[in-house]
Amino acid sequence: MTDAPVLEMREIRKTFPGVLALDGVDFELRRGEVHILLGENGAGKSTLMKILSGAYQKSAGRVTLDGNEIEVKNPAHAQSLGIATIYQEFNLVPHLSVGENIFLGREPVRLGFIERREVNRRASEILHGLGLDLDPRRPVKGLRVAEQQMVEVAKALSLDARVLIMDEPTAALTEHEIKELFEAIRGLKAKGVSVVYISHRMEELFEIGDRVTVLRDGRSTGTFDVRETNKFELIRLMVNRDLTELFPKEHAARGAEVLRVEGLTTRGGLRDVSFSLHQGEVLGIAGLLGAGRTELARAIFGLDKVERGMVSINGQVKRIGSPRAAINSGLGFLTEDRKAQGLVLPLSVKDNLCLPSVDKFTRLGFVDAKRERQAADRYVKELRIRTPGLEQKVVYLSGGNQQKVVLSKWLCSEAEIFIFDEPTRGVDVGAKAEIYQLMNRLAAAGVAIIMISSELPEILGMSDRILVMRAGTIACEFGAGEATQEKILECALGE
Amino acid sequence: MRARGIGQSSNFFSHYARQLGTLSGLLGLCVVLWAATPFFLTVSNLLNVAEQAAIIAIVAVGMTFVIITGGIDLSVGSVLAFAGVVMAEALHRDVPVPLALAVALGTGLFCGLVNGALITLGRLPPFIATLGMMSVARGTALMFTEGRPVSGFSGGFRSLATGEVLGLPISVVIMVGVYVLAHVVLTRTKLGRYTYAIGGNEEAALLSGVNVKLYKAAVYGISGMLSGLAAVLLTARLNSAQPIAGMMYELDAIAATVIGGTSLLGGEGTVVGTLIGALIMAVLRNGLNILGVSSFVQQVVIGSVIITAVLIDMWLKRRAG
Repeated sequence: MTDAPVLEMREIRKTFPGVLALDGVDFELRRGEVHILLGENGAGKSTLMKILSGAYQKSAGRVTLDGNEIEVKNPAHAQSLGIATIYQEFNLVPHLSVGENIFLGREPVRLGFIERREVNRRASEILHGLGLDLDPRRPVKGLRVAEQQMVEVAKALSLDARVLIMDEPTAALTEHEIKELFEAIRGLKAKGVSVVYISHRMEELFEIGDRVTVLRDGRSTGTFDVRETNKFELIRLMVNRDLTELFPKEHAARGAEVLRVEGLTTRGGLRDVSFSLHQGEVLGIAGLLGAGRTELARAIFGLDKVERGMVSINGQVKRIGSPRAAINSGLGFLTEDRKAQGLVLPLSVKDNLCLPSVDKFTRLGFVDAKRERQAADRYVKELRIRTPGLEQKVVYLSGGNQQKVVLSKWLCSEAEIFIFDEPTRGVDVGAKAEIYQLMNRLAAAGVAIIMISSELPEILGMSDRILVMRAGTIACEFGAGEATQEKILECALGE
Repeated sequence: MRARGIGQSSNFFSHYARQLGTLSGLLGLCVVLWAATPFFLTVSNLLNVAEQAAIIAIVAVGMTFVIITGGIDLSVGSVLAFAGVVMAEALHRDVPVPLALAVALGTGLFCGLVNGALITLGRLPPFIATLGMMSVARGTALMFTEGRPVSGFSGGFRSLATGEVLGLPISVVIMVGVYVLAHVVLTRTKLGRYTYAIGGNEEAALLSGVNVKLYKAAVYGISGMLSGLAAVLLTARLNSAQPIAGMMYELDAIAATVIGGTSLLGGEGTVVGTLIGALIMAVLRNGLNILGVSSFVQQVVIGSVIITAVLIDMWLKRRAG
């Protein structure tokens, strides 16, 4: 690693109509470093990177690559300069093979025919270079998320990228897959590729980062060597306030048993799952991707057919055959994918918030808009949802505020059992803390919470009790204070 | 409280800005035609336009509901023909007029619910299910009548076409009634709320406890029933039920809906927009007829208007988004 900057951005400004998104940001990337870009949602991380990748044009400032000033005109131009971006949503064609995806648009051709063998040979070479044993002839649609991501990385490398921008690359990966990804990133570093890495996860920063730049409100609050800083200093720089504790866990009084699951088995892969849940309790469910955590939530919520076993709520056996039945029994489900499952994006804050409980506001088929607005208004205030109005479409809200709308849906439906599936995915640090505080308040009010999470610190920090799932069943149970990251991982991996 | 007011007013503009745009398009068109031929702006001609618009406009209401759920109904024209001939046969067998009307609406409703069942229980894409129904309903209507129109009805039935209420043709009054009702249903009722929710995100609606299958089927049922209603008006006007009636009505209804700003992706749209869309098409046809423009040229003009309207709509949305 040398210290010569490959890329420099100086005094970058970007204005959108009525908004100053970036206000004179400096950013510098050295050869072979992993540079973390940190900041709350809306701090300007994505805008800065979109200027670099050609998706946006800067309003003022200077960008130099290898000492030469450049004007990135569009994404294709960025690619030709050796700047590649891997977005959270992959740009892969599902039905094409790994190799075809890597060379899409640049296929080696002879006499008008694609030389398939050459495609596969070159793809294999790149994949091997990444330490990956993946058959380039496999169609992309059958790959795991982590593997698809590797295909994206391979695609970037096939373009001879020298600067690789990764936006929240670990958001959908399991611990094990994250390790694989980090191995690959270290390999890239060794080859002299520079990586800009955007993430909300503090733990990763210290594991993979060399330097970190913190953005707040469109300004840089400094660039640091990762070894010379710590979590709390960075959080303070991001949010401009001290978060004395990341996980402000308060233990609520444990009340009566509200949910009991016995021998639950589904065709979707659950095997003989039994557990109970009490009022005021936060039950953390850990496990690898595919261990059956989401399947468990789906089965309880009436989305997947139960083959054997039973669910009782408040001591009564319930047959929950649909989400409607689940909601009527007092369940609320905050799904893992907010945009795909939690919200109706083109609808307003109010309409989303009241959707599960429309019946409550309906008389003879007519919805009482006034009472609905009162209810929505109450939750918007109570949860401090930042929105210009109740009629704002939720698509325009930030991730944290969207999550609060989803939470309000179930508050409004008066759910007594909340299932949180990855409650803080894609949510910034400030909003995270607010969501944890809301969980505390819910628990204190006697609500029972099931919290499915891939973030072990969150599981450890917020749970009263922890279940670890493996291969569709519950493999271990830990009390609060009993569990450690190592113990949970050991159990999840079945070692 | 103040924040709420602001939220509402900004919504009012974002909600109706699109309709104001389409409306000014319609008014502009009227001004141009008025300048070209003063006859256009006579009361008798305007009533004529409204009557011509009524049938497609009623069918387009059902289409709007369906398209808001993210679906499509290609069967409306054929269902109209089928419902028309069934009703005509009933009338020829001296079934009382009110009962015959119920038969028409019921036939349409039945076809719509079959569409709905194929889409929800059979999990067919709406395009395929209603494409099939388009052919089945048309074929059944032709079989049923051996391909011949069923003509000649009592004065009582024909008064649906000739009668007036407050100086307005009955078909126009019915059209206005259907639109008022549909607007209320879409904006004020649970059915309306769920229609938008299903189109905006079916999965999220399901997870919020919406009985997606029931409401989707209901929406196709509504579309079928409105085709039945349109069949009544068309049959009364022509004094004849034709098995080949309503050809291409599905395309006119889709055109009126999208000109009116309803997104084919689902989740947004209004019947107010659809009404304006249907009127634009009727005014255009009427104006071009008065001006003596050949029907060949008319097709080119109408096609261009549809494309232009949607292009402008998408351009405005991109700028806003």
